[in-house]
Amino acid sequence: MANAIEVRDLTVAYRESPVLWDIDLDVPSGVLMAVVGPNGAGKTTLIKTILSLIKPAAGQVRIFGQSYRSVASSVGYVPQRGSVDWDFPTSAIDVVLMGLYGRLGWVRRPGRSERAEALAALGQVGIAELAHRQISQLSGGQQQRVFLARALVQDARIYLMDEPLQGVDATTERTIIDILRTLRSLGKTVVVVHHDLQTVSSYFDEVLLLNVRRIASGPVSEVFTEASLRLTYGGRVAIIRDAT
Amino acid sequence: MSPFQLEIQLVAAVVAVACALPGTFLVLRQMAMMSDAISHAILPGIVIGFFLTGNLSSPILILGGAATGLLTVVLVEWMRKTNRVREDAAIGLVFSALFATGVILIARYAGDVHLDTDAVLLGELAFAPFDRLEIAGYDLGPQSLYSTGSVGLLCAAFIMLFYKELKLATFDSALCATLGFLPGLLHYALMGLISMTAVAAFDAVGSILVVALMVGPPISAYLLTNRLDRMILYSILLAVTAAVSGYWIAYLLDASIAGCMAAIVGVQFGILLCVAPNQGLLAAWQRRKRQRWQFAIKMLVIHLLQHEGTPEAERECRVDHLQEHLAWEKPFAANVVSRAAAQRLLYPVGESLELTVTGRELAREAIVHH
Repeated sequence: MANAIEVRDLTVAYRESPVLWDIDLDVPSGVLMAVVGPNGAGKTTLIKTILSLIKPAAGQVRIFGQSYRSVASSVGYVPQRGSVDWDFPTSAIDVVLMGLYGRLGWVRRPGRSERAEALAALGQVGIAELAHRQISQLSGGQQQRVFLARALVQDARIYLMDEPLQGVDATTERTIIDILRTLRSLGKTVVVVHHDLQTVSSYFDEVLLLNVRRIASGPVSEVFTEASLRLTYGGRVAIIRDAT
Repeated sequence: MSPFQLEIQLVAAVVAVACALPGTFLVLRQMAMMSDAISHAILPGIVIGFFLTGNLSSPILILGGAATGLLTVVLVEWMRKTNRVREDAAIGLVFSALFATGVILIARYAGDVHLDTDAVLLGELAFAPFDRLEIAGYDLGPQSLYSTGSVGLLCAAFIMLFYKELKLATFDSALCATLGFLPGLLHYALMGLISMTAVAAFDAVGSILVVALMVGPPISAYLLTNRLDRMILYSILLAVTAAVSGYWIAYLLDASIAGCMAAIVGVQFGILLCVAPNQGLLAAWQRRKRQRWQFAIKMLVIHLLQHEGTPEAERECRVDHLQEHLAWEKPFAANVVSRAAAQRLLYPVGESLELTVTGRELAREAIVHH
């Protein structure tokens, strides 16, 4: 099957210094891919560039062989939890409804059927009973679930998630991983910026090791090696493989 | 109440609502200072519009003011993007430079018209009824009621039509962009509206009150609710209340109407900051006090549970031992015990304390959750 995402010769720079340098990447359709790398490696920048939120200095991104603009509605995005103001006066269900705004288009407001969809998505992430809770009164894990539910209602073919497991409790982590696996079984492609090297092998099929340049990418069993990790983290990593 | 008095209050209320509507989004975008910048930076636009038309009530003035207002936003963003200047410094620099340009233009070329610097800062609501709109000899009421009213209606229509988009762009502009909406366009549309509101309001209330009305009612409303639609509604109500009560206080004190309105806006915030149901300081203080007692009660029941049925229970579960073990003052310990007893968590048996079933449950639950 065709690749879900193809990145060619991608370079992104803030001012003179490159944040991403000459990246080539193929994300096969229907896989769970982790993006790992040290702070400042350009993980978030890569996600945002794929989403056309950042304009690259060079190179291109194709999604199902097309430009982002023409397939925007089949791409779901889960930003970092810290990227929004959780004191914003709104409830969990309202945030989930935002995932449906793209389908509604300009001016049209969400109605009863959209509310039902949003509530179902909240049920899927296990917090339907918090639908009308103000978002600042949710725990970090619950806020992350709200973000995930918001992406789920988009019913996208590709999901790009920026650190969805950052700072969540163990129960939330299990719920989120279960949902990612469900998405994969539905044939969706999921790319996740991930920080916990210990869980890469058990959670993901594919991995991209990134540090401004692409160090390696491909099936976890092939490329997630001590050597490539050392290259990515500059020898500052102690490996952590389970004894199994 | 004379018709003039009614008209002044009407203009004041319309101005207040026109400012509070876009002001709500300004506050939520954490750009409150931008209202200060815009309300000053519109001055050169107004002056230039006046030079072009020779008429102080021409709509060209609104467009001119809106243009220099938007220019402020563009310049501030451009300066911020150079990463050499922080946003607050950029705002301070840009709007004072533009405002100064306006002041110089007035002093140099418009010394003989109504555009004087006092009116620029505070406006003069009391004069609002003198400048009337007449069509074919019919008196249709004060001119400023129409200019502020039409800008207010424009704000209301914009927010009603693009409520969903504004909400999304304000909460999460990255998602807004990925879903194909245009957060940049919405931003400039909102800033343009704020500039137009500032121009229309400025003639009546001056640039300082514009800031008070744009920022004050929304932040007060923010203390009262955690729903955006309610926040807008409460901002409107607070703005109208400030306008009308400000007028009457100014009347009684024979003081500036604009000044009194701004003062009321401040008083409203002060009162709500103290007494708002959930977010007020009083509510927070009560909550902390309640939590302190509740925490002490939990410690007590956990302590009792851990020694229940053990050989040292008789000693550990005595009221006077609590002082030593939990380091509580005697009156405090007695107070905690009587509160816990009132909640039927424990009961005294002679000198020592015995947990009830509920007390034991609470203790177990508390252990699990900590």
